Amino acid sequence: MKESGMSLIVKRITRITVSLIFMFGVYILLHGHLTPGGGFAGGVIIALSFIHLVLAFGKETAFKRLDQVGASIAESFGGLMFLGIALLGVFAGKEFFLNVLPKGTPFDLFSSGIIILCNIAIFIKVGAGLFAIFVALAIMRIPVDDPGREDGR
Amino acid sequence: MSLYILCFILFLLGFYCLLVKQNLIKKIIGFGIMEYAINLFFILLGYRWEGEAPILDKHQVIVNFVDPLPQAMILTSIVIGLGVTALMVAIVIRIYEKHKSFDINEIRKLRG
Amino acid sequence: MIEVHVILVLMIIGAIAAIEIEDMLSSVIAMGAVGIGLSLQFLLLRAPDLAITQLVVEILSLIILIKATVGAKMPEEKFKARIGYLIFALLFAAAFLFFSEQALRELPGFGSPLMKMGSEYLAEGLKKTGAANMVSAIILDFRGYDTLGEATVLFTSVIGVLAVLRIMRKRA
Repeated sequence: MKESGMSLIVKRITRITVSLIFMFGVYILLHGHLTPGGGFAGGVIIALSFIHLVLAFGKETAFKRLDQVGASIAESFGGLMFLGIALLGVFAGKEFFLNVLPKGTPFDLFSSGIIILCNIAIFIKVGAGLFAIFVALAIMRIPVDDPGREDGR
Repeated sequence: MSLYILCFILFLLGFYCLLVKQNLIKKIIGFGIMEYAINLFFILLGYRWEGEAPILDKHQVIVNFVDPLPQAMILTSIVIGLGVTALMVAIVIRIYEKHKSFDINEIRKLRG
Repeated sequence: MIEVHVILVLMIIGAIAAIEIEDMLSSVIAMGAVGIGLSLQFLLLRAPDLAITQLVVEILSLIILIKATVGAKMPEEKFKARIGYLIFALLFAAAFLFFSEQALRELPGFGSPLMKMGSEYLAEGLKKTGAANMVSAIILDFRGYDTLGEATVLFTSVIGVLAVLRIMRKRA
């Protein structure tokens, strides 16, 4: 029971809700420069959707979608993407972190230059980092006081 | 003014928990409460009477926004607080695995 | 602002519960209640970005803390009142309240912030960045270095957790 996750009802409901949570996170991310939200909140929501999968389906099923190595790679990619966006200003011959891309029309979805790209980078970084933390804590479980499970798994 | 004092009392409760309690999980909780109080104090400093959230609107011109600068600082601080909490929990789990206790007096005795 | 007072008093009661309850799981959940109260406070104080972020961060930190405490054997806390620590904590509290009361006289009162930089950002923000959400404009454009430092701190803490728990063996 511990390896295969929770009961059938929880699994059925999870199949429906995970996609909705994921979509809500992406919505919060993409509208981060127009409405409340942004990369931080969206990233935490995405991490929560993956955690939802892990809690409902058990570790083995969930880690087929995104395991810890994948999370580490995604987090490094997010950090490097953020630095690369910051370096765009240097490549254009101006300052570091300057908003060099065209601003677009205000109040449009695709506007505001580098801000939406930075939001996406932070989103990847925060989501993958927090999921990696959770995976580390989930694989590692506290040994209860019986001698059969002393190796920490 | 009274809000500031209440906020300081919340901070001091967290500090008391961090200092006096001998359970490591309780110490993490005290640290978290201190962090909440500090975040709240920054936002209280930036509030303006009858203010509006600092989000511009296409159709109307709003003049009385609250201060957006403390909000931007605290937004990063919240996520950093989560990372710090996770790191503390990881270290506490390792300590529990080794000494089978959360009590710092026990741990101090066992560390021979 | 009576509602802010009420929620702040409730948060203080929740904090006292979180500190004094013996059972660790109940204590962690009481801390979660304090965090949800903080999220409501942010909403009332016109900071919706922070309200969303605080709510989801609170859920995640609650999951992490419960993960840490749920399998563990609950120690019955032998409450030996460490009289030295207690006296030091009370002395610190008295000194802290005294000096903070002195300092609060110099601060601007509640509800009338100085906004030296904030008004500049609000006046120039839409023209210079093109973003309607001023908090996003500040953290990602005007003060990008802050966010870069934050990313570094988060990266360091993730590396710290993975190094402390050492799970890089046996990948599927």
